Amino acid sequence: MKRTTVLVMVGAIVIFGISWVLKSMSLTSTTDHYIAKGFAITFAAFLTLCIFSFLYKDNPFYKFAEHLFVGVSAAFWMSMGFWSTIVGNLIPRVSETLSNYFKVPYHPESYNPFYFLPVFLGILLLLRLSRKVGWVSRWPLAFIVGTTAGFNFIRYLRSDFIEQVSATFVPLLVDWQGIGHFFSNLSLSSTGQFVAMLSNWVIFFGVLCGIIYFFFSKEHKGVFGGASKIGIWILMITFGASFGYTVMGRISLLVGRITFLFKDWLSLIS
Amino acid sequence: MFYPGPLVALVDIGRTISLVIIGGGLLWLFIRALKGKEVDRRVIFLFIFIAVATPILFPITFGEKATRVVKAVYDKIESLPAGSTVIISFDFDPAMAPEVQPMANAITRHCLVKGHKIIFMSLFATGQALLTQTLRDVVETEFPDKKEEVDYVNLGYKAGNEGVLNVIISDFKKMFPTDVNNIPYDSIPALDDVSSCKDVDLIVSIGGGKPGVKEWVLFVGDPGRVPVACGVAAVVAPQMYPYYPKQLLGLLGGIKGAAEYESELIHNYPRFKDVDTPGLRMMGPQTLAHMVIITFILIGNLSFFIKKRKDRQ
Amino acid sequence: MRREVPLFITFFIGMLLIFSVFIPPMESLGEDFTVFFDIIAVFAFFLGGGNLLRVHVSKLTRQKRDWQYSIVTLLGFAVTLVIGLFKIGNPGGIAAAPTAAGSLFQEIFDYCLVPLGATMYSLLAFFVASASYRAFRAKNREATILLIAAFIILLGRTPFGTVVTGWIPESFDVLQVPNLAVWIMNAPNLAGQRAIMIGIGLGVVSMSLRVILGIERTYLGEDKS
Repeated sequence: MKRTTVLVMVGAIVIFGISWVLKSMSLTSTTDHYIAKGFAITFAAFLTLCIFSFLYKDNPFYKFAEHLFVGVSAAFWMSMGFWSTIVGNLIPRVSETLSNYFKVPYHPESYNPFYFLPVFLGILLLLRLSRKVGWVSRWPLAFIVGTTAGFNFIRYLRSDFIEQVSATFVPLLVDWQGIGHFFSNLSLSSTGQFVAMLSNWVIFFGVLCGIIYFFFSKEHKGVFGGASKIGIWILMITFGASFGYTVMGRISLLVGRITFLFKDWLSLIS
Repeated sequence: MFYPGPLVALVDIGRTISLVIIGGGLLWLFIRALKGKEVDRRVIFLFIFIAVATPILFPITFGEKATRVVKAVYDKIESLPAGSTVIISFDFDPAMAPEVQPMANAITRHCLVKGHKIIFMSLFATGQALLTQTLRDVVETEFPDKKEEVDYVNLGYKAGNEGVLNVIISDFKKMFPTDVNNIPYDSIPALDDVSSCKDVDLIVSIGGGKPGVKEWVLFVGDPGRVPVACGVAAVVAPQMYPYYPKQLLGLLGGIKGAAEYESELIHNYPRFKDVDTPGLRMMGPQTLAHMVIITFILIGNLSFFIKKRKDRQ
Repeated sequence: MRREVPLFITFFIGMLLIFSVFIPPMESLGEDFTVFFDIIAVFAFFLGGGNLLRVHVSKLTRQKRDWQYSIVTLLGFAVTLVIGLFKIGNPGGIAAAPTAAGSLFQEIFDYCLVPLGATMYSLLAFFVASASYRAFRAKNREATILLIAAFIILLGRTPFGTVVTGWIPESFDVLQVPNLAVWIMNAPNLAGQRAIMIGIGLGVVSMSLRVILGIERTYLGEDKS
């Protein structure tokens, strides 16, 4: 390890040690566990800054935080899965002894020997870690894939296809009371008739042209090509809107982290 | 945010100095761009940091007015009779929390003040831990009279993504035999009239990933004909619009959606005037950061066109 | 055994779940199989954890590049797992929720996982800003349309949009930037997203059918033998 790196590390440890002491002292009036709380907040700030340090360049602090994230995250999901679903849904259906051990309510009528099947398949799935008998993990994998396919076949067909097609057939003339009335009341008010009609025209023809753009079995030329061109424009507006929203989302996350540093750690704001 | 007398002037000075620094910096960037000189990416990063940090230190606040999509969610919760059952599902992780947890908190407040029963649950393992934060910071602090298992119930997380929804659409108890405290389903008064999702009056999914709002619409809302509303991270908000208003009665998109909801809630319920409103608070930094990014785009394009013209000449 | 059994399982379970939607007496069976799926999902978490362990232990023992950081991963994993599985430091004991307020597991979440996860994604704010300056150019007609839409949304989602265009009279108020942003979301954005959604929807349906009928077999991998 380079000498500079070691010096920076020692410096960081000293600074965060001082910060821990100061933070603990500032918390004496709010909690009994001020030393632990002070450490927790300082550690969270340290991790936050470790990740931010990547903005300068890749460095050991970032790598430390990144690797810690992977380990803690995996263990968190495993623990939650175990308590919520294995203990919550499986144990009360297969074993009274284990139910009593984990203190989950057990009713003899809910005993169901079929629930040993997912345990068996789950164990087969874990065998994937073995090189010799790893192939048996295809059985539970097939179960997972089959279930997902079974779920999605109906649900996507209904909600993302039929419902969407049905919702696209909107009236192209809204509140229509004749052409004279239309022109005499023509305005660009956001709640007016013209904007409502324009929206419906954009929705109907926009969806149609967008789908045409994705249709590659016919060459995009002539009327079809024109429609495809409009389709691209509609999609570009969509991507532009998505970009605008993405910027908004990422900035919000940054605001959240900087607020934490200023408020919870440095107590610069109340 | 409240500042004592002498600090007000300090805040004003700080705000002005910061704005001058940002303005001057952008001007410097503009001049460099005109000259066709490159700028280190870390300078850009510094701009964003200052643009976000300044309004946090020296707050700039704005009023918000609920747009139609947000108002639809508010009006639905407002119009439900007291005692109605609402599911609030925490389908998010810490990476989305700064954006969507303010929505979850505001909607929880609204439901509790209206006297609705809330079923809290989560399709994300991390969602259950974030739910603990909302229960601790909002429910237990602001509504000490509300009793767990009676006025609200925490069913927590279950693994299986859409698999969870595919069961609770017809049988809640099969998926959630107990709540997180191991209280049996039949002993929870808040769930007396609920045997499946079809028995609830409204589902609010707060999320932004998978599983999330889309799964609620596909697996519960559409097949069960149950009204679904959502609060989503800005990144996925545009993808939810095709469901609105037929399959999704309204949506809160990003921090702006949260701010609009908070504003509507404060306007109609003055008791929430002093509660923390992160959505509204975050709109200051948001605005300044957007302005800086818009300026970046303009400067970048200007230098692009200048270079293009020079190349042609 | 290696291919036929998995293909049969996929066909059987896929068909069962489809029929359980249409045939009410099969509904309960469909629910049970869905709970089985949920339970197997937890075993998949364990598989993920096991794999993580294998990769990092191997990295550590063979002293590959950056092996020191594998100690951090393994230590973080072990500590969190032990605290989580044994509910160490949980005021309510074994019967309480793992994330009960004040529990050590919840503290790990609040002060370790939250700062790591949230900060990791907040980095993107800086990169998005950098991309806006360096790469977001109106190079052709399509890029210009995208840029204008993004511009309107960025401006319209802040109060500054109202300040800039608030003077526009009510009869033309759709031209006020915030209203224009709302209109973009409700009309062109909706149309574009719906076109994509219909395309993906059809893709998912056809792929599901291929998987159930055994035409699509890539998920089984290849037999080395």
